[in-house]
Amino acid sequence: MKLKTLLLLFTLLFGSVALAKEVAPLAADEAVEKRMVAISEELRCLVCQNESLAGSRADLAQDLRREIRQMIRDGKTDQEILDFMVARYGDFVRYRPPVKPTTWLLWGGPFVLLGGGVVALLLFLRRQRPAATPLSAEERQRAAALLKSSETSDTSNS
Amino acid sequence: MKRFLVPLALFAVLVAFLAIGLTRDPHEVPSPLVGKPAPAFTLPLLHDPAKSFSTADMKGRVWLLNVWASWCVSCREEHPLLVEFAKTGTVPIIGLDYKDGSEDGKKWLARLGNPYSLAVVDADGRVGIDYGVYGVPETYVIDKAGIIRMKQTGPITPEALEKQILPLLAELAK
Repeated sequence: MKLKTLLLLFTLLFGSVALAKEVAPLAADEAVEKRMVAISEELRCLVCQNESLAGSRADLAQDLRREIRQMIRDGKTDQEILDFMVARYGDFVRYRPPVKPTTWLLWGGPFVLLGGGVVALLLFLRRQRPAATPLSAEERQRAAALLKSSETSDTSNS
Repeated sequence: MKRFLVPLALFAVLVAFLAIGLTRDPHEVPSPLVGKPAPAFTLPLLHDPAKSFSTADMKGRVWLLNVWASWCVSCREEHPLLVEFAKTGTVPIIGLDYKDGSEDGKKWLARLGNPYSLAVVDADGRVGIDYGVYGVPETYVIDKAGIIRMKQTGPITPEALEKQILPLLAELAK
């Protein structure tokens, strides 16, 4: 039993080592690589649309990362690189598209839904509030007694 | 009965949104290049690498730019339609062999037929990036002034050819 656990542990450990080796080698320039990753994390890979350009292994994503590296080396600003991508693939490549009439629903939709939910909740709570039932004679008497005692204690305090 | 009206209405709106969503292809991203000048390029010819083709050569003509590759499965699906269309001689079709080996490209055309007036090679995919290519095949309709008038992403279907491309070409030819 113990040997089995050990074996399992080993395979798990070595498995992760093998995976770690598969990662593409870093480009020579670490600063360029860092900026490239930062930019490409903001961009969508168009081949596999739920992956960022930084994370995708699609051919096109590799080409585009190469292109971004080149632009960084050429001294382009982040904005210029973003504009380059948007000019070719449209606002869709950006995970945070600009706010404009066609994206109002996208940006505002969640807040509209939240507002609607709050309104619905308030209406629901108001309806649920139990109707006040008149006090019985006995309760009225007790309330009066309580009020009186608190009144006297108040005056004694002050 | 009345208390169900609001949830029912909300549900109807949700269903309407989802129903519209289902009819759309999420892979079809509207190209920002439609209505803009076609990016200029000069590339070597597939069948004669010593010569080159430039977009400037097509000034004053309506033409199609068809992006294809020998490794592309959907291109094979589209190919017979392109060959048929090329026979009508309506407009020149320039083939852009995208990220492909020249030999593979030539063999592919020899076997399946060559619909292109000219085929050029974009070996590293740079021109493809300028055209916003993200899935071959893609086809661009370019007018006499060199403006992209339409982009078809994915294989040209007979419907797309009949209902969109041919009417547009007829209008542009005027």
